[in-house]
Amino acid sequence: MAAVDDLQFEGAEMDTNNSCGAERVDSHPMREFGDAATSAANPGTTTIHIEGPSESPTHQPGLPRGSGGEEDDELLGNDDSDKTELLAGQKKSSPFWTFEYYQTFFDVDTYQVFDRIKGSLLPIPGKNFVRLYIRSNPDLYGPFWICATLVFAIAISGNLSNFLIHLGEKTYHYVPEFRKVSIAATIIYAYAWLVPLALWGFLMWRNSKVMNIVSYSFLEIVCVYGYSLFIYIPTAVLWIIPQKAVRWILVMIALGISGSVLAMTFWPAVREDNRRIALATIGMIVLLHTLLSVGCLAYFFDAPEMDHLPTTTVAPNQTVGTAK
Amino acid sequence: MRSHIREFDSSTLNESVQNTIMRDLKAVGKKFMHVLYPRKSNTLLRDWDLWGPLILCVTLALMLQRSSIDSEKDGGPQFAEVFVIVWFGAVTITLNSKLLGGNISFFQSLCVLGYCILPLTVAMLVCRLVLLAEPGPINFMVRLFVVIVMFAWSIVASTAFLADSQPPNRKALAIYPVFLFYFVISWMILTFTPQ
Repeated sequence: MAAVDDLQFEGAEMDTNNSCGAERVDSHPMREFGDAATSAANPGTTTIHIEGPSESPTHQPGLPRGSGGEEDDELLGNDDSDKTELLAGQKKSSPFWTFEYYQTFFDVDTYQVFDRIKGSLLPIPGKNFVRLYIRSNPDLYGPFWICATLVFAIAISGNLSNFLIHLGEKTYHYVPEFRKVSIAATIIYAYAWLVPLALWGFLMWRNSKVMNIVSYSFLEIVCVYGYSLFIYIPTAVLWIIPQKAVRWILVMIALGISGSVLAMTFWPAVREDNRRIALATIGMIVLLHTLLSVGCLAYFFDAPEMDHLPTTTVAPNQTVGTAK
Repeated sequence: MRSHIREFDSSTLNESVQNTIMRDLKAVGKKFMHVLYPRKSNTLLRDWDLWGPLILCVTLALMLQRSSIDSEKDGGPQFAEVFVIVWFGAVTITLNSKLLGGNISFFQSLCVLGYCILPLTVAMLVCRLVLLAEPGPINFMVRLFVVIVMFAWSIVASTAFLADSQPPNRKALAIYPVFLFYFVISWMILTFTPQ
């Protein structure tokens, strides 16, 4: 348990004091190995080593699992394995075809999910979302249900806003647009899974060239992306208001919050890299995020056409008022 | 040996078909009553069946089908889409509650979620009847009221059956998808307009 306390302490200090963090990483494997040897590993050692070879092809170094035997091998093999690996030894692992294996991805309590959502809404400058809230226990509950909620929030409020825009017209007959649900689902789930996959692959490739101190597993990246989408749920609901200026201000606020969460999370992972590549990576992440939000606004929400509305004369004044 | 003979006596092999069907219908009807008066009872959980959910789902999907000939302009949910949303949604919620560590079997949860669509199917029926009258804001208000009440009813009924199966610190996580599920179905019912 001492290792866990130290790790949390280190997570808090990571960004402020870099060299200190590096030393701590070096000092850990010995302690962890000692713990494992004395307490947990002894009864199961033989069986674990029999399973070891069959599992090793599918084992990815970044993922926070793996049997104790592999853990020891890796710790003996290279000293600079990160904190995720160290904590992974404390989780019980089971093969991927069992139900228990998938239960580890949903191993969160209500307060944890709320904390993570709060963390994605109120980013603290200079703090890392993964180290602060996820702490080597990435869940798929949040990303999955946040995406599901976002899909229906966008589809329903897109329908509602189109209805409100055309409300005054006599010739307009409201028709529900159900296909918006399927299109929104495709876009949101593709973004929340394919972008993390690409980013994970890219970070792995960069890691093989330049050694970074902070590296993330695929699940951690998915988790960050999923929670960073949360801000778009209230934003999508507020997009119902058929005012161009209000919508663009909302996009800016949402983009600022979730973009800064993503940028601050992934900056430590590319900081050691070539300056240009690091900046390009962060720029790409933010650009894709901008594309998603602006694309959703443009596609699902009809632009309020001022000449159709009876409030034509009032609208420009209101826009100026809100812009200020 | 004795138990074997007793089993044969109470078997359903040599009873008339009418008895068999009536017994199943009675079981389904009893469960409908349980949903309408949700109280802490295990009947819905102990002997599950999927007949009720199938009937409710097909009824709902048929009533949501618009009678427009021109399918290009028809933006509402089609029969297959309603069917997929109901069953895929129920399966996802069930898997979610199992993954969170709930001690309820897969089909029990599916059965409860399916039966608790009953208030919403009733809401759909009421909406279709209300839509026969003159369209207007009052018409919409009546439909909104009916759908909101029936939505709350579905939530209360399903949580009465499902909430106890979850660990106390994860109840909200298991209930939230159920809320989303019934909310989407309510939305489909409320925005339904016959052509």
